[in-house]
Amino acid sequence: METRGDFEVQLEGMREYYRGGNTRGASWRKSQLRGLGRLLEEREAEMNAALEFDLGKHPVESYRDEIGSLIKSVNYALGCLKGWMSAEKAKLPLAAVLTTAEIIPEPLGLVLIISSWNFPFGLSLEPLIGALAAGNVVVLKPSEVAPRCSSLLANVLPAYLDPKAVKVVEGGPTISEQLIQQKWDKILFTGSARVGRMVMAAAANHLTPVTLELGGKCPAVLDSLSNSWVREVAVQRILGSKFSACAGQACIAIDYVLVETKFSSTLLELMKVWISKMLGENPRESRSMARIVNKNHFFRLKTLLEDPNVKASIVYGGSMDENSLFIEPTILLDPPLESGLMQDEIFGPLLPIITLKKIEDSINFINSRPKPLAIYVFTHNDSLRKRMVAETSSGSVTFNDAMVQYVADTLPFGGIGESGMGNYHGKFSFDTFSHHKAVVRRSFLVDFWFRFPPWNDHKLQLFRSMYLFDYLGVLLTVLGLKKSKQD
Amino acid sequence: MAGEDKKQQPFDSKAASSLVAELRGAFASGTTRSYQWRESQLRGLLRMTDEHEQDIVAALRSDLGKPELESVLYEAAMLRNSCKFALKELQRWMMPEKVKTSLTTFPSSAEIVSEPLGVVLIISAWNYPYLLSLDPVVGAIAAGNAVVLKPSEIAPATSALLAKLLGEYMDSSSIRVVEGAVPETTALLEQKWDKIFYTGNGRVGRIVMAAAAKHLTPVVLELGGKSPVVVDSGINLQIACRRIIVGKWGNNNGQACIASDYIITTKDLAPKLVDVLKNELETFYGKNPLESKDLSRIVNSDHFTRLTKLLDEDKVSKKVVYGGERDPTKLQIAPTILLDVPRDSLIMNEEIFGPLLPILTVDKLEESFDIINSGAKPLAAYIFTNDKKLKEHFVNNVSAGGLVVNDTTVHLAVHALPFGGVGESGIGAYHGKFSFDAFSHKKAVVYRSFMGDAAIRYPPYTNGKLRLMKALLGGSILGILRALFGRS
Repeated sequence: METRGDFEVQLEGMREYYRGGNTRGASWRKSQLRGLGRLLEEREAEMNAALEFDLGKHPVESYRDEIGSLIKSVNYALGCLKGWMSAEKAKLPLAAVLTTAEIIPEPLGLVLIISSWNFPFGLSLEPLIGALAAGNVVVLKPSEVAPRCSSLLANVLPAYLDPKAVKVVEGGPTISEQLIQQKWDKILFTGSARVGRMVMAAAANHLTPVTLELGGKCPAVLDSLSNSWVREVAVQRILGSKFSACAGQACIAIDYVLVETKFSSTLLELMKVWISKMLGENPRESRSMARIVNKNHFFRLKTLLEDPNVKASIVYGGSMDENSLFIEPTILLDPPLESGLMQDEIFGPLLPIITLKKIEDSINFINSRPKPLAIYVFTHNDSLRKRMVAETSSGSVTFNDAMVQYVADTLPFGGIGESGMGNYHGKFSFDTFSHHKAVVRRSFLVDFWFRFPPWNDHKLQLFRSMYLFDYLGVLLTVLGLKKSKQD
Repeated sequence: MAGEDKKQQPFDSKAASSLVAELRGAFASGTTRSYQWRESQLRGLLRMTDEHEQDIVAALRSDLGKPELESVLYEAAMLRNSCKFALKELQRWMMPEKVKTSLTTFPSSAEIVSEPLGVVLIISAWNYPYLLSLDPVVGAIAAGNAVVLKPSEIAPATSALLAKLLGEYMDSSSIRVVEGAVPETTALLEQKWDKIFYTGNGRVGRIVMAAAAKHLTPVVLELGGKSPVVVDSGINLQIACRRIIVGKWGNNNGQACIASDYIITTKDLAPKLVDVLKNELETFYGKNPLESKDLSRIVNSDHFTRLTKLLDEDKVSKKVVYGGERDPTKLQIAPTILLDVPRDSLIMNEEIFGPLLPILTVDKLEESFDIINSGAKPLAAYIFTNDKKLKEHFVNNVSAGGLVVNDTTVHLAVHALPFGGVGESGIGAYHGKFSFDAFSHKKAVVYRSFMGDAAIRYPPYTNGKLRLMKALLGGSILGILRALFGRS
C-alpha cells in the first residue's frame, strides 16, 4: 500500500514526464491507441472472464457493450487523430491585414479518470482513449466494486501502454478521496450525482475543470404504433436495453416506461412474451442477464420492492435470490409515484410502467423531474417528435430505440443538470481533454497610427469608422473630409 | 418605481431564491426561446449602447477615470460588435447540426440540437464593467436563457447605470440586475443556477466553483494571471514598444486581465528596450504622466495601496528605471518600469493589475520559456520576434489562454477565437459563437428506423450473432457479408 508521500512523488514524476514533451507527438499518441487496440484483441478472453466474475455478463453482452465498442472507438480515434490535432484557422475581419489567427489544441497535462463498476472496461478505457489521443498523462481509478476488472486493468495496462504516462490506482472510497484532493489538470468522473458533487467541490480548490457523467431516471415514452410488427420491435428494444445491458444497472438504461392507459395491457402481454423469448426460461443460467453487482445493491433493490404499494403493483417477476445476487426481470404497473422506486434511479431489472391518459402528458411528467441522461421515444407521430425535442431537456433524445446513442462517435455523450456536465465520445473525448489555445500572429509592417495615444477626437472618429468596417469613413476622416461626432 | 423599492430591502437568501423562482417561471413559459425574443433583446442592447454612449463614458470616467477613447473603443464599440455579430449569426447558431451516422447505428440519422440551459448567473468585474457585464449577457440571450447579472460594486456608477438601463431596455421578466457586494453575491451563489459565468480573480473563482458544485452547476471562470511578453532582438523595437505600451497602459492603465504583466528579454537588449519604452511613453503620455488625461486612474485606495506596496518593497524599489511617481489624492501612479527585479519579489508573485512593468533579463531568450512554464498558466502570453524557430517554439510550448505573436491583447477582438484561460487563468471560453455555446446545452438526437438489427443485439446470445456484431462494430462490409452468410 503506497503512502501519500509516495503517491505524490509518482504524480510529480508523471508531470515531469509530461513537461518533457514525451506525450505530445502524434507517433506517441498513436502508439498508445494501438496498444489499447492490441490489448482489446489479445485479452478479450480475460476481460470476458473478469466481467463474468464481477457481474455475471455473457461474452456477447460484454462484446456488444464494452469490448466491441472500445475497438470501434480506438479505430475511430486512430483514423481521426491527425485532423483532431491540427490547428483550426479562424476567420478574421477584412481590416485585419497581414494577421493570421488559429485555434491550436494542446493537452491539459495530468488528468484523472474515475470509472464506474457497471461497464468497468468501457467507462475506464473510453475516456482513456480521449485523454491519450489528446496527449495527456493519465491516472485511472477503476471501481473497486468490480474488483476482477479493476485488477485486470492494473495488471495489463502497463504492458500495452507507456507506464510513465498511464498509471492505474486501485482502491475504495478512501483512495478516491485522496486522489481528488490532488491538483489535476482535468478530472473525468463517471458515477453518482452525490459523489459527483464531492468531486467538483474538491476540483474547485485547484480550479480543475471537470466532466461529470452522472445518471438519472431515463424514461421511455411508448406511443401507439401502427402495426404489430413495429410494436414487437419496440418492445424488444425496450426489453433489450433494460434487461440485457448489465441487468438494468446502466446510466442510460430505460428506467421506466410511459404509455397510454389503453395500451398498457397490450404492452404487458407483449413484454411477457418477449421476455421469455429473449431471456429464456432461466436467464440466470443462460446468462442472458447479468446479476446484481453486490449485496448492497441487491438489498437496495429488494427494499424498493418491499414497499407494500409497490409490491402490489408487480405484474411480472419479482423473485430474487440473495445467494446468486440474481433478480429476475420484473415489471410493475403504476407503482405509486412517491415511492422510492419512482423517486430514485432504479439501476436494476425492475421496470415500472406508468400509464397516462394522453401520450402528450409524458412531456409534463418528464419535465417535472430532474433532467435525465437520456429520453427514449417510440413514435411515428411527427408532431410528438418535434415537441419532445423542443420541450424536454436531457443529455440526449433517441427515437424508436434505446442506448444506441452510446456507440455513435459523432454525438456528444453527456448529461445536463443532475445528469452531468460536459461530454465525451469521438472528437468530444479529444476536446474534453484539450485546451483550445487561441493564437494570433501579426506583422510588424502594418499598424494604424491612430492606434496609439495621445488621444483626440480625430483618432476617436477613425476608430468609430473602423469598428463599423466603414472603410470609406476611415478614408474621409484621414483626408480631413469627415468630422468627428463631437464637432 | 418597483425597482427602487427593492433597493431598500436587503437582498438576502430569500430574495435571491424568489428571484430565481420568478425567472424559472419566465423561462418555463418559453418566452426566451424564440428567435424573435432573442433578436429583440440583442437589438435592445445595441440601442441602449448607442443611445447612452455618453452616459456610459461618464460612468466609466467616474468609476475609473477611463479616457473617453478607451470607453468608446474597448467597452461600447466592442459590445456593439458583439451584439451585431450575434444578430448576424443567430439563425445559423440556433440551427441543429446534422452529423454523420455510421454502420453501428444503421439505419439512422442524427443531429446535435443547441438548447438554452435555463436561468443563468453572470458575475462581472470592475475594470471593464460595461463590457464584461454585457458581453456574457449577449451570449446568454443569444442562447435563449433568462439572466441575472451581478455587476461589480467596485465600479458603482456603471453598476447603477446598468441596473437602470437594463430595466428600461430589456425584458425584465427574464433579464434582471442585482446590485451589491459580498452579501448579495453570497445570497445569489447559494441558489441553483443552470450556469454561472464569473469574471474576476482566482480566489473568488474557487468560491464560485465550490458553490456551483453543491448544485452541479457548470461554470465558466474568466480569471487572470501574469501575462508575459518575451522580447527578442532583431525586431522593430519602436513598433514593439508602442504595441506593448498601448496594450498595457492604454488598457485601463494596466488594470486588465490580458495586459502585459512583465517583460522577459536578454541582458543585451534590455538597456535599448528601456530607452525605447521611455521615449514612446513620453510621446504618448508626456513628461508629466500623472497629469495625462489618457490614463485611467487606479480604481480605489485598496488597489492603490496594494500597488505602492509592490513598488516600495525593499528588493524592488531601487530597480525603478522610469516613473514611480504616485499621487494618492488622485489615486494615480505613473507608468513605471523596473529592471531586473528578483524572481522572489512580491511584484513577480502576484498579478500586478496596474501601471508597473517589471523587466526580467536572461542570457538566452530560450530561458524565458522555462520561466513562463514554471509559473501558473496565464490568460495570455506574448512574444515579439522575427525568428521563425523561436516563434514556433513559443507557440507550441507555452501554455496560456491565448497567444499573440508580435502584438499584445488584440486576440480579444477576434470573434472567431475562443477567449478564456487554462489552469489558474480559468475554465471555459467565450466570444462569438463560443459565447452562444457557453450558454447552451448540446443535446444529441438520434432518429432510428424500426427496421434494422433488432434481433442480433439481444439475447438469446449465439455465436452467429457475435460474429455479425463483431463485423458491424468493426465496420467491414466483407466481414458483415461473411457473418451473414457464413456458418451460424
